[in-house]
Amino acid sequence: MSAPVATEPKPAPPAVETLKVKVDGLEIAVPKTMPDPLTGKPVPTTMIQACTLARTDVPHYCYHPKLPVAGNCRMCLVEFGTPAMGPDRKPVLNPDGTPKIAKSPRPAIACATPISPGMEIYTTTPGVKAMREGVLEFLLINHPLDCPICDQAGECKLQEYSVDYGQATSRFVEPKVHKPKQVDLGPRIVLDDERCILCTRCIRFTKDIAGDDALGIVNRGSYNTLSAYPGKAFDNNYTLNTVDLCPVGALTSKDFRFQMRVWFLKETKSVCTSCATGCNIVIGAREEKVYRYEPRENDAVNSSWMCDSGRLNYKWIGAENRLTEIRRQNPGAGGEKITWTTAAKEIADRLLAAKPGTVAIVASARQTNEELFLLSQLAKKLNALTDSVPRIQIGDKLLLSADRNPNSNGAKLTGIAPAQLGSNLRKIAEGIGKGTIKTLLVFGEDVTRHGIGADLLAKLDTLVASEILPNQTTKLAHYVLPGCAHAEKRGTFTNGKGRVQKFMKAVEPRGDARPEGEFLHELVAAVNGNPGFTSIEGLFNWMAREIPAFNGLTWGGLGDTGVTIVLPS
Amino acid sequence: MIVKRDKLTFWERLYLPALVGGFQVTWRHFSRTLFRGKAVTMEYPEQKWVVPPGYRGAPYLVKDQEDRTKCVSCQLCEFVCPPKAIRITPPGPTGAPGSGNVEKGPKEFEINMLRCIFCGFCQEVCPEEAIFLMKDYSLTGTNRQEMIYNKEKLLSLGGIHQDKIQKWKHKADEAKAQDVFPVPPAK
Repeated sequence: MSAPVATEPKPAPPAVETLKVKVDGLEIAVPKTMPDPLTGKPVPTTMIQACTLARTDVPHYCYHPKLPVAGNCRMCLVEFGTPAMGPDRKPVLNPDGTPKIAKSPRPAIACATPISPGMEIYTTTPGVKAMREGVLEFLLINHPLDCPICDQAGECKLQEYSVDYGQATSRFVEPKVHKPKQVDLGPRIVLDDERCILCTRCIRFTKDIAGDDALGIVNRGSYNTLSAYPGKAFDNNYTLNTVDLCPVGALTSKDFRFQMRVWFLKETKSVCTSCATGCNIVIGAREEKVYRYEPRENDAVNSSWMCDSGRLNYKWIGAENRLTEIRRQNPGAGGEKITWTTAAKEIADRLLAAKPGTVAIVASARQTNEELFLLSQLAKKLNALTDSVPRIQIGDKLLLSADRNPNSNGAKLTGIAPAQLGSNLRKIAEGIGKGTIKTLLVFGEDVTRHGIGADLLAKLDTLVASEILPNQTTKLAHYVLPGCAHAEKRGTFTNGKGRVQKFMKAVEPRGDARPEGEFLHELVAAVNGNPGFTSIEGLFNWMAREIPAFNGLTWGGLGDTGVTIVLPS
Repeated sequence: MIVKRDKLTFWERLYLPALVGGFQVTWRHFSRTLFRGKAVTMEYPEQKWVVPPGYRGAPYLVKDQEDRTKCVSCQLCEFVCPPKAIRITPPGPTGAPGSGNVEKGPKEFEINMLRCIFCGFCQEVCPEEAIFLMKDYSLTGTNRQEMIYNKEKLLSLGGIHQDKIQKWKHKADEAKAQDVFPVPPAK
């Protein structure tokens, strides 16, 4: 096997000068500068970044590694010292030859204070603990403590730090300041101003990352209130990221509102399928029901964000009308339920009986690389005409790609789709019309909406449709195979920039549905006699050996965040 | 181990004194039950045992003195329940309409009394004092489905709990004094 061809899209930045600092007595070398989260320009490394590199946790609310620094919550206060300088501007040494450290009389916020050579940071001193307790006490003065009805409970920074630094009772006896609750901030966001701790993460995100300066803080002092611009809804396509960013339960998602407590959700690493960007996500599911998608950090793809349209595109997985039975149909005259074994045998027999060149395959660019690869093996044996359906809409500058298929590149690389997706569909339609194509395999598409109408489908000897939800094509098919959503199987996608990313199974398939790859494995084995691989690992590694662009990849080597391959131009 | 057995005396070897002694005990209990009405056992189920304070019987939901269902569907009891006897259906985005500043309430609350082990964790964990282990100990039903108590049944069995704190009412009054309420309902 050749060496991995995978490379990151950008070469590693040139090595920067490092400084030596001590975090709680542990000396580490820290880069002098770090890239600014917005511009990427080098800016001085801060104490909190040094602490992160030293694997020391500094509690914080307003600081976020992907946002500009605001420095308003004061939770990250730490004590520090710098080497003492004598009148001769030379370091003063201790008797044992080590530099004497002059401890700063005042603490500093770790998120906004740059490090200097020889600096010592102390995060565990009694003083630091007292400061954290003090800051937390201030934040809780007006906090409503409605954790039992708050959707953030369980993933709330205020709860977490209260366990570490909170008091059992409040010393504050005056009435709490009450602010508006259940504010309708936008189509997808509910705001509870009482819970807000005014960290301004949401304001910074929407202004600097999403580019929609919609939020701000109004009023003064205890009456500080987060608010949208009057008369304007907070409705850009990235609003739900502010729900993730909010360290408390002030901003909550309307979609997830009062649906399930977060501690019940089983988290599965997956990939969003709504466009070619392939944002890394975490699927939150309980008892075979998907409740939410959340972005998962991957700096090569989506940073820490995802768009609202992708995030909310999960409800179809639990749709009531999912296909759950394998059916042999006589279009127009009903059908019957059969087993996967029968279906595989009968379809394989029909394919083997078909003359080469009379078979066509319409696959979907929403299918995984592995499924498309197995289909391409079938197409090679049967000399079939293949294509998949393009989905080009308008993209944006941040994450949403114009190509709404998650795996157009996979379809091209496996040879299922031509360079221009959809250019063979017309040929397939003509072939059926002329009678040269007698067998059509359709995977995950409704071809009646893409130029192969019901009249043409009626001319076919065999129409096999593998689908998740019923449509016009499955109605006319001779064999209907229930398929799986990506959340119900494992596999890989190749995103628009050529990053091969794997996703894991979050929930069980519905009814008799089964991963398309498993059925295709049996069909390919029956048609061309190649036993192939039953496991996804074996299948992926086989595909990586066969397809030049994937050479050198292994299932295990993909890791959680994927590997970028060089796309053939 | 070898047990040393003492040799029986002549008096013991007669057996009759021991028999008479035994009959005396039997007669004493017999006459106490029959003539003086001091039975040790109870005529269950006509007679019911009154449980001592602190007894952990069946868990039921309660309402407060203002007829508000106290449960806010936080699902902590469902989480803590060792035999997974509790199942709560959260209300979804609509919350609990008409309950003022208590935005949330359970859409459905089920306790499977066949699974319940009466440990009292649900009562202990409840942040709203909405569920209590009451004194009922003999739960019967003719089928399994009947033993899954739903919200309506649990509330009717639980009755009213005199809430001394009235946290939510206190909050609403405090807010009203600051002229913030009524809350605009979420669309």
